[in-house]
Amino acid sequence: MIARVPAPDHQEAINVATQWQLMWWRFRKHRLAMTSLVIVILIYLVALLAEFLAPFTPDEFRADYTYAPPQRLHLFLETENGLRFQPWVYGYKVEIEEEALRRVFVPDEEVIHEIGFFVSGVPVRLFGFLETDRHLVGPKEPEAPMFLFGADKLGRDLLTRMIYGTRISMSIGLVGVALSLILGILLGGISGFLGGQVDNIIQRVIEFIRSVPTIPLWMGLAAALPTDWPPLRIYFGITVILSFIGWTELARVVRGRFLALRTEDFVIAAHLDGVGQMRIILHHMVPSFLSHIIAALTLAIPNMILAETSLSFLGLGLRPPIVSWGVLLQEAQNIRTVATAPWLFATGGAVFIAILALNFVGDGLRDAADPYAR
Amino acid sequence: MSGTNGTLLSVRNLSMFFPVRGGFLQGHRGEVRAVDDVSFDIQVGETLGLVGESGCGKTTTGRCILRVVAPTAGELWYHPREGEPVDLARLDTAGLLPWRQEIRMIFQDPFASLNPRLPVLEIVGECLKVNRGLRGSALEDRVAELLGLVGLRPEYMRRYPHAFSGGERQRIGIARALALNPRLVVADEAVSALDVSVRSQTLNLLQDLQNEMQLTYLFISHDLSVVRYVCNRVAVMYVGKLVELADTRSLFLTPQHPYTEALLSSVPKPDPRIRSQRIVLEGDVPDPAQPPSGCHFHPRCRYAVDRCAEETPPLRETAGGHHVACHLADEIELAGIQG
Amino acid sequence: MPAERPSPSADDLLLEVRDLHVHFPLDEGTVRAVAGVDFDVYRNRTLCVVGESGCGKSVSAQSILQLVDRPGRIVQGQIRFHQHDADGGVTVTDLASLRSSSRAMRSIRGRHIGMVFQEPNTSLSPIHTVGNQISEVIQLHLGADEDTARRQGIEMLERVGIARPAQNYDAYTFELSGGMRQRVMIAMALVCSPALLIADEPTTALDVTTQAQIMSLLQELQADFGMGVMLITHDLGVVAEMADDVVVMYLGQVAEYGDVDRIFHAPTHPYTKALLRSIPNLDFDQDIRLDSIRGMVPDPFHRPAGCPFGPRCDEVIEGRCEAENPPAFSLAEGGSVRCLHYEEVTLS
Repeated sequence: MIARVPAPDHQEAINVATQWQLMWWRFRKHRLAMTSLVIVILIYLVALLAEFLAPFTPDEFRADYTYAPPQRLHLFLETENGLRFQPWVYGYKVEIEEEALRRVFVPDEEVIHEIGFFVSGVPVRLFGFLETDRHLVGPKEPEAPMFLFGADKLGRDLLTRMIYGTRISMSIGLVGVALSLILGILLGGISGFLGGQVDNIIQRVIEFIRSVPTIPLWMGLAAALPTDWPPLRIYFGITVILSFIGWTELARVVRGRFLALRTEDFVIAAHLDGVGQMRIILHHMVPSFLSHIIAALTLAIPNMILAETSLSFLGLGLRPPIVSWGVLLQEAQNIRTVATAPWLFATGGAVFIAILALNFVGDGLRDAADPYAR
Repeated sequence: MSGTNGTLLSVRNLSMFFPVRGGFLQGHRGEVRAVDDVSFDIQVGETLGLVGESGCGKTTTGRCILRVVAPTAGELWYHPREGEPVDLARLDTAGLLPWRQEIRMIFQDPFASLNPRLPVLEIVGECLKVNRGLRGSALEDRVAELLGLVGLRPEYMRRYPHAFSGGERQRIGIARALALNPRLVVADEAVSALDVSVRSQTLNLLQDLQNEMQLTYLFISHDLSVVRYVCNRVAVMYVGKLVELADTRSLFLTPQHPYTEALLSSVPKPDPRIRSQRIVLEGDVPDPAQPPSGCHFHPRCRYAVDRCAEETPPLRETAGGHHVACHLADEIELAGIQG
Repeated sequence: MPAERPSPSADDLLLEVRDLHVHFPLDEGTVRAVAGVDFDVYRNRTLCVVGESGCGKSVSAQSILQLVDRPGRIVQGQIRFHQHDADGGVTVTDLASLRSSSRAMRSIRGRHIGMVFQEPNTSLSPIHTVGNQISEVIQLHLGADEDTARRQGIEMLERVGIARPAQNYDAYTFELSGGMRQRVMIAMALVCSPALLIADEPTTALDVTTQAQIMSLLQELQADFGMGVMLITHDLGVVAEMADDVVVMYLGQVAEYGDVDRIFHAPTHPYTKALLRSIPNLDFDQDIRLDSIRGMVPDPFHRPAGCPFGPRCDEVIEGRCEAENPPAFSLAEGGSVRCLHYEEVTLS
């Protein structure tokens, strides 16, 4: 059934609708996918505007606030004139715990730090060129402690680091998928279009790669990266490693589509019309499976993100000073943290939401990918 | 009516075998003889029907003529308007290019044969772009003209196939086939997917277009009542072989092959007063990978004699233009339809 | 052959469908797939329901067994099934009021009403043998033990003309040809000797010689078992060969109802007439152009007002057909027609 919008005066709009319009109309009906799409867009906006959204910078540390627990955010402040909207937090004071004799932070109810919007703080560079010292939220006095998600062992703000981590984690998915897309379409296309011996060889290679357990393979490849590489190059190396495995799935999808389309009547018709081989591929075949590829890609991104997270968690992927979700989780990886600073696992929540949202978007796209199914 | 202007296409000893692969490492395990040594001529201006049951090779024959597939053996002599005949079976893609403009195809499935992602203008106009270099308003004018020709409103050219019903889609397919002013149109089950009322519209359209554009049709169908209505001559295929070829009237009234007789008697007649004495054939159509010996029809034939199992009967002419491949054609009296 | 059967008597009534409405509520609007259908099926007679795609013929058949695909449901009407027991008593059940998964419905489906579908490939399980599937029916409905089921199953396969029934009983369905699979379907539908057989386009997927085999088989089996047959088809040739009574459907309504000879030789509804004129005949009597019905079946979301066939009809009564959807008028020669041209006939 073709997706139709209800009103009959839209009939003509449907008649001349391209496949992307039909897909969008269909996707729009998928509530969960639509909600997830909004979430995914928000996450990518966070990644894009990290400097502005984060109250601090990821490396800014406050040695006197190591392992400071999350503060409770209060939204209304009591003044002489009554209740007024003014977010604030209590300050910290240090107490010595009787039994363990260790320092713990407790809220200091004497001290109130007001939180402001568009406050000036550490100067940052937005998009790499816009110099600004404005941050969306931050303490009104720059020196006041504000750790809404708590602080890590060096007294760095976890919220800030999660926001910056979004950038690496979400982009590694995109870049990795882009690389696998190129490899997948190229090799899958060749395999499906040429067939025969070439197809046979490519398929056996794919089977071989897929039969190697991934974690040891990653470990081997990651260990091969020189330790003295700069962080950026390590980042790139990791994406290459991830896409090295990721392309196989896409290549199979592309090959399958090619094989199925080669015998479709409309492709034969184009062939008989005298249309050249290249034009048949680009004009008839690729548009027919592009939507399926996009859906497959969307479903591949979360795998990439999870792969990066697990690699970094194992200490094989990205390493500090790069901030990614995996790196953040790796820092939360010892008994002491579990016992004393459980808030460091908040990053896990971010991973969870991002993966789930991307999966639902991918599901929605997959369901909408063929608006012509009868 | 029947061609007096000479031959348009001579099919000579056409064979198409598909290898059967299977097992480990895709070993060669035999072959399906989809089309086995078939010869016939198509005359200029006629409609030649090619009938048979599924798996008899009629579609493959059509696809060989269009060179969708390269035949295993045989010749396909096409007679151009001017110049010497060419053997389509020996040409490569580049060599076929001019002839593919003169031999066109109408597909069975009105859904699968139109690219759902392109508007009608592109679907019908693509061959004009590629072969005639038409662009812009020249292209639109020609497509509008073609849509008018097949009874669709020219304004519809911006619409996508999903906006049309099965019958209208089939008209779009016809417009595409006619875009380059072809001489021969291979219609492969062109009306089989359509409802009764739409089917008759489409058949009438095909006939009008034939008169208007001096077309020749190779009309492939399993539906004998449609074939009887549109065809001048009919060829009957059974398990890859041509068993009978005659003009429509003599084939339907005086069939000479027992298979044709059974086929004709099997067609349900739309009149409850003449509930027919059906000849119900025993068993099933044999597997073309393992056809029976001799005459492929002998295990199901009620007239079969020993010779039928041993010798393959050749297609021979019995009376004026009536060809049949049966040893007993001269001895047995077969019933056609009462008409 | 047939056509000389005695006219049906009320004692032989098997199924009465009255004012059946089946709706499919979709996002785009409600599709009234069946919009007020009446017909009867009698023992030992064949009712053919004929119409073009989308006319609601299959949905009508599916609703008898409560097998309409979601989101379709019966919104109105009655389907009264008459069960005749050995000593002449009759129990009447309204199938329309039963739930699809209810025990009563399941005991009727397959036991008292058998069904054969168009695509034997999709209706048979590829992972079970023919025997598994047929003996399951026997064991479920007749409570037979395994050996009895096997014996009866093999007997039934033989009865429907399957060669080497004992071997083919243990074959998988993909090892059989299309015609053989359809025979297996028929064997499964008839193994419990149902009073009614519903066959939805049973020969459409088959070749013409195989179709002839299956049609002959159905006629033979009806003569043996005396069941009522409801045959759904789009092929008027099949109707002429098989039917005793005919229902012609158009856009979810019965355009015309009557015995087969009258439908073909004295059709009344303009749609029936046009349909008969538009089929190519094998006769060489006349070499004329085919008449065709102009336009096409309307989109189910945009049903015309008034008579559903009005916009394509050549005999429209100006000012009335656009406004009134005619009720079914009884014809003097038997049967009924939904066309305003026959209003007076009923009055007289």
